[in-house]
Amino acid sequence: MSSEFEPTILAFVCNWCTYTAADLAGTSRMVQQPNLRLVRVMCTGMVDPKYIVKSLLSGADGVLVSGCHPGDCHYINGNYKARRRVKLLNEILPQFGIERERVKLTWVGASEGNEFAATVNGFINEIRELGPMEARSMAVV
Amino acid sequence: MATTAKLQVENNNPVVAIQGLLRGLLENESIGGVLVPVHHFGKSMPMPTLVTDPDQLSGADPLAPAFPMNSAKLLSRLTRGQTGERIAAVLRPCEIRAFVELVKLNQGSLDDVVIVGVDCMGAYKNTDYRTFLAGRDPFEATLAFHGDHGGTDKPDAGGVELSAACKSCEHPSPANADLIVGLAGADLRDALPVLADSARGEALLNALGLPAMGENGRAKTLEALVKVRTEHRDAMIEATRAVTGTLTDLSEYLSACVNCYNCRVACPVCYCKECVFNTDVFEHKPWQYMGWAKRKGSLKMPTDTIFYHLTRMAHMSMACVGCGQCSNACPNDIPVMELFRTVAARTQESFGYVPGRSLDEPPPLSVFKEDEFQETVSHMA
Ligand code: SF4
Ligand code: SF4
Ligand code: FES
Repeated sequence: MSSEFEPTILAFVCNWCTYTAADLAGTSRMVQQPNLRLVRVMCTGMVDPKYIVKSLLSGADGVLVSGCHPGDCHYINGNYKARRRVKLLNEILPQFGIERERVKLTWVGASEGNEFAATVNGFINEIRELGPMEARSMAVV
Repeated sequence: MATTAKLQVENNNPVVAIQGLLRGLLENESIGGVLVPVHHFGKSMPMPTLVTDPDQLSGADPLAPAFPMNSAKLLSRLTRGQTGERIAAVLRPCEIRAFVELVKLNQGSLDDVVIVGVDCMGAYKNTDYRTFLAGRDPFEATLAFHGDHGGTDKPDAGGVELSAACKSCEHPSPANADLIVGLAGADLRDALPVLADSARGEALLNALGLPAMGENGRAKTLEALVKVRTEHRDAMIEATRAVTGTLTDLSEYLSACVNCYNCRVACPVCYCKECVFNTDVFEHKPWQYMGWAKRKGSLKMPTDTIFYHLTRMAHMSMACVGCGQCSNACPNDIPVMELFRTVAARTQESFGYVPGRSLDEPPPLSVFKEDEFQETVSHMA
């Protein structure tokens, strides 16, 4: 893919774990690429599939959903529900040529600033490699 | 298999025989009404009707190859909350499967409804049914459609084909019914087997006092039907995949869509009282439209068409029963059933889910296990 392509990544992160980790990564001045837009949600369990679909059709090249590790969700099981929804999208979106890699689910705990920075940088690199979302240039979405 | 009773057919008219069965049920003290398709005005489309007066069953045509809507949603209205009375409902297999899905979502109840399933030979699209009638008396047309042998005669097509959904439906026999009218393989001039498929159905059937009936080739006829339809389904899925493999292809497939959402209204398993697409969430500001148009050079209006369809796939593909009402309702003849079934084939398989199969199987997105789908989670750090 063109070396000029800079991906836009949207991340839905839960308030209690991954958002806190993102904050930590920032205050610890860890190096992160500027391609990420964070959306803070109370829990990954509230990320309806349509948020992810809308993001991909509206200019995002990849979507990250990230929350508490299994057993740590502050609403007990929201992250398990998120896992089923991402699994569902993994089955639907590739049928229309939207690569599975564009929707990523990770668990990043509140103290894992390092992991957050590494996850984000890794994902951005991966999507840069993959190239832009087809929807970016489509008049019909 | 429990009791099989014999429903005698007089004057070569199985429709009247089934009307008699329903009359018997209505006259049974425990049944207050019957939901069944009824012709109200001579030539009309038979509409789902709640009949409480046995005399008004003379307009009932449960064998008509017409399918104006999926009655599961209607039955949900009739069974949410107490009526104090039990009713019977004559349904196609896909209507029963959709209703089972709605019951799982607390949108209806099976407690006070006796389900009468009929082996399904398929139906025409609404507009094709009119062509098929061609001015004939609808009851005559129904009898001509079925011929003398359920599921084996070549139906009198009158120049139109069965709906694509029916041609590719691998569930011609009803599951989760209390009583089943075994049309498949029956000599329609002679007698129809009525099978009890639950304890409740068994009790009702015994109360009707019909004679017993032996095996009449139903299983073999059904098997042959399932084979043909499964082949049709597989070819349909393959053909649909071939033209929807990219987002651009999908947009082209849906290019005539005007965002009317009829396909959603007609869908029995799209049950949300307030769908997000009925709200003003996607009524954007003028400057937003201008901005998006400028970014790409042009923007198709109304927007959010692909978004709507992908969202619907995420919300209901797990419960899609393949009834085809979405295609039936589309004013622009977009083959949406083909698309939804294609997507559903994969989503349902990946969760090992068959909608309508069993009340004991929870909808996959309503439950979870702690230890599952590990491959869905990335570990990047
Ligand atoms: S998506 Fe279409 S075929 Fe599937 S259940 Fe809904 S109306 Fe029936
Ligand atoms: S019924 Fe047809 S035109 Fe209307 S929203 Fe569905 S696909 Fe689009
Ligand atoms: S609160 Fe973090 S995933 Fe639920």
